[in-house]
Amino acid sequence: MPEHEADGQLATPTHEVRDFLHRRREQIAQRWADEPLFRTVFTVSRDEAVEAGKVVVDALAQVADSDQVEDPDAAGFSEVREQLSRMGAARSRAGLSNTQVSSELAALRPPVENLLAADLEQAPPEHLRACSTTLTVLMGTLRLVAMQSALSEWQALSDRQRMQLLEVATPVIRLWDGIVAVPLIGTLDSARSQVVMETLLNAVVDQHARFAILDITGVPTVDSLVAQHLMKTVAAARLMGAQCIVSGIRPAIAQTIVHLGLDLDVITRASLADALGYALHELGADIVNPGAGQR
Amino acid sequence: MHTAAGVEACLPIRSDMDLVWVRQHVRQAAARLGFGLVEQTKLVTAASELARNTLVHGGGGQMEARHVSSGATQGLRLAFSDEGPGIADLDQALSDGYTSGGGLGMGLSGARRLVHEFDIESTPGAGTTVRVTCWAAQPPRPREEV
Ligand SMILES: Nc1ncnc2c1ncn2[C@@H]1O[C@H](COP(=O)(O)OP(=O)(O)OP(=O)(O)O)[C@@H](O)[C@H]1O
Ligand SMILES: [Mg+2]
Repeated sequence: MPEHEADGQLATPTHEVRDFLHRRREQIAQRWADEPLFRTVFTVSRDEAVEAGKVVVDALAQVADSDQVEDPDAAGFSEVREQLSRMGAARSRAGLSNTQVSSELAALRPPVENLLAADLEQAPPEHLRACSTTLTVLMGTLRLVAMQSALSEWQALSDRQRMQLLEVATPVIRLWDGIVAVPLIGTLDSARSQVVMETLLNAVVDQHARFAILDITGVPTVDSLVAQHLMKTVAAARLMGAQCIVSGIRPAIAQTIVHLGLDLDVITRASLADALGYALHELGADIVNPGAGQR
Repeated sequence: MHTAAGVEACLPIRSDMDLVWVRQHVRQAAARLGFGLVEQTKLVTAASELARNTLVHGGGGQMEARHVSSGATQGLRLAFSDEGPGIADLDQALSDGYTSGGGLGMGLSGARRLVHEFDIESTPGAGTTVRVTCWAAQPPRPREEV
């Protein structure tokens, strides 16, 4: 029996785990360096992986020291949050699903547990069990912290992509002298429609457009909010001296709009070509279509 | 044969992004159950209106989707529920053009016209639940007017 186990001298499981983490810092980091999560992220040198592992061990020790093994918001984790999220993001980029990243994080636990069991071989079984449980909880919390960071990273990425989409998805096309068109694609939510309106109004001013065609072929759902956005854009263009034409209303959408009871107070045409024909006609520049007789 | 797999779901309605998921789910579920393009479009549009009401007026809630059948006819039942302020005057809320905010006031009344069955329950101070059903073919029973 080791001497430190004299009655009343047993450290609390949390502090035992803390001391163990300090003591075995090097070995834990060495073993982690061989696990997929570290091995595949730190590819330049093994030392790099070991150093990164040590930082995580230190964080765990600090969390144990503050008796917060169950708290993902423990101050100790703040040092490693960014590193963990970068590691998670690297694995996602490599094509792993969140579940796979999560199980790679889970794989960090057994090597540490084995070391702990070896260290406490001589300790009373219930003490070993209590310490193992504490370590399990602590590693579970670490996993949670890592997943949280990875998810918020992912969220930020998708927000960025969304913003980019907002910008690229609204090209204004100049079809003719005085005629511009915007093909609307996807969900016309408030943010999108604000961008559409601004881009369109700028184009109307820049190109002295008298006609603006809003083509909604690529808009999957026209509900009352989308209709309201369309009508606001139409009204604003009118104030700038341009007439709007809405084109690309598919039959199913047309029927839905009627049932919904919406009154699109604007000129509509079935296709972009029809809308262009109408605008040209109004501008006095009729196109003669040899095959189709009169337009 | 149309399967009910992937039709039943309970989706949160807490953000604009959730509305996108709601529309997508309803569209896919309706397609799976053999809805034609027009019926799909109508139901998705009704769902979009009701989900937005749940979000904007009800302060958020959820949509539950259920597969129903009557004889050989497949249907989709959607329930939108929130624990928001509720609606004191249902007749007024259901009339064309009534809005308590800056909307067109066409959402609720329009959604009712877009589906085969429509039912609304609301308790001021406790919340609102709107249930709608759409059938893939002609409705198997007389239309319920509420
Ligand atoms: N879930 C709800 N909780 C509380 N009030 C609601 C709810 N749904 C609808 N209402 C009330 O009913 C009114 C009418 O709803 P409706 O959807 O027809 O119009 P709207 O949402 O104001 O505008 P829009 O035409 O853009 O939908 C709303 O203005 C609101 O006062
Ligand atoms: Mg509404």
